[in-house]
Amino acid sequence: MNCTKCKIRAVIDLPRHNAAFCKGCFNIYAHDQVSRAIKSEKMFGKDDRILVAVSGGKDSLALWDILLKMGYKADALYVNLGIGGYSDVSHAKVVNFSETVAAPHGAVLHVHTVEQEAGAGIKELAMLIHRPTCSTCGTIKRYQFNRVALAHKYDVMATGHNLDDEAARLLGNVLRWQEEYLDKQSPSLPASLDGFAKKVKPLFRLSERELAAYSVLNRIDYIVEECPMAKGARTLLYKEVLNRLETESPGTKQAFYCGFLDKQRKPEASSTTMAEKDQAMLHPCSVCQQPTTADVCSYCKMMARAKTHSV
Amino acid sequence: MQVQLSHPARTIEIKGPKKAKDLFKELNLVVEAHLIIRGDELVTEDEMLYDQDQIEIRPVISGGSPRFTSHE
Repeated sequence: MNCTKCKIRAVIDLPRHNAAFCKGCFNIYAHDQVSRAIKSEKMFGKDDRILVAVSGGKDSLALWDILLKMGYKADALYVNLGIGGYSDVSHAKVVNFSETVAAPHGAVLHVHTVEQEAGAGIKELAMLIHRPTCSTCGTIKRYQFNRVALAHKYDVMATGHNLDDEAARLLGNVLRWQEEYLDKQSPSLPASLDGFAKKVKPLFRLSERELAAYSVLNRIDYIVEECPMAKGARTLLYKEVLNRLETESPGTKQAFYCGFLDKQRKPEASSTTMAEKDQAMLHPCSVCQQPTTADVCSYCKMMARAKTHSV
Repeated sequence: MQVQLSHPARTIEIKGPKKAKDLFKELNLVVEAHLIIRGDELVTEDEMLYDQDQIEIRPVISGGSPRFTSHE
């Protein structure tokens, strides 16, 4: 398989775009997708100071890498959750990336350690307050990222959420008709008057597989192991289902999530009901008098055609 | 060929030559959720893999909590 653009050997195929790319053309594609996301959602400009939430995983480190290479002023925050060996490894990966890739761009890494402040790791904290670990983790991360963003006067906070993350969450919210969450599922949430920093998701146009490929191709050393606390999480089930659909019908995830965003942007549809629309459009068929939008209904047309052919 | 898998981490032996996409089928894995790495290079689905190759099938899915659902 050859690169769709420059015709040399491809290293990744992207069925949803009916394309395959070599490393160079894939990097151009990935940067272009991020650039389109930033512009279309008015996320930030070249003069804005960005705080990237990094975890040591492929998405957040790829985001930091892409933003720095695109010339943005991007620092990062890592929250050490105290999940035993997993946190040790992820912390080391973040520090390594910060020193070898980010520091030469003048970028700074902030670190918050949960155990230092709370006296216990995330698992113990969750047990103490009788809440699921993932929920406790989410609350701590959101709080600390917002605190650091405001304390250091960053203009915007960026997270590594990708197309799969957003499509999976949308699926979960739609399955349970959680409309209050649907309203908030935008890739760009503005700063609020009551002390919340602006939050953006510049990777929402790139799939999880594309971001893993970006990290491998650009030698980003990320933590491949899944967080031990996430085992059995419902999000993973939604992602699995969506990936089966994507394999059978490439472009499904993009159509699902980006279609949702398009619908959100459009002004509210008129409140005309289906019955009102029907009344405005329907009239009796000139042959059988059953309701139709045409002069002759589709049944009468079909039967007329059948009789013509049978003669 | 030696094929390294994750979750749980293990190495298995698969007879080559074989196209990458046939390896996915044989292991009942979804392409969209994995990358195939030969040595330290990514390969596409139509690439032929041979007995002497060191292959890693790397899962790409991550995530637990619905992170940053809202400002709250």
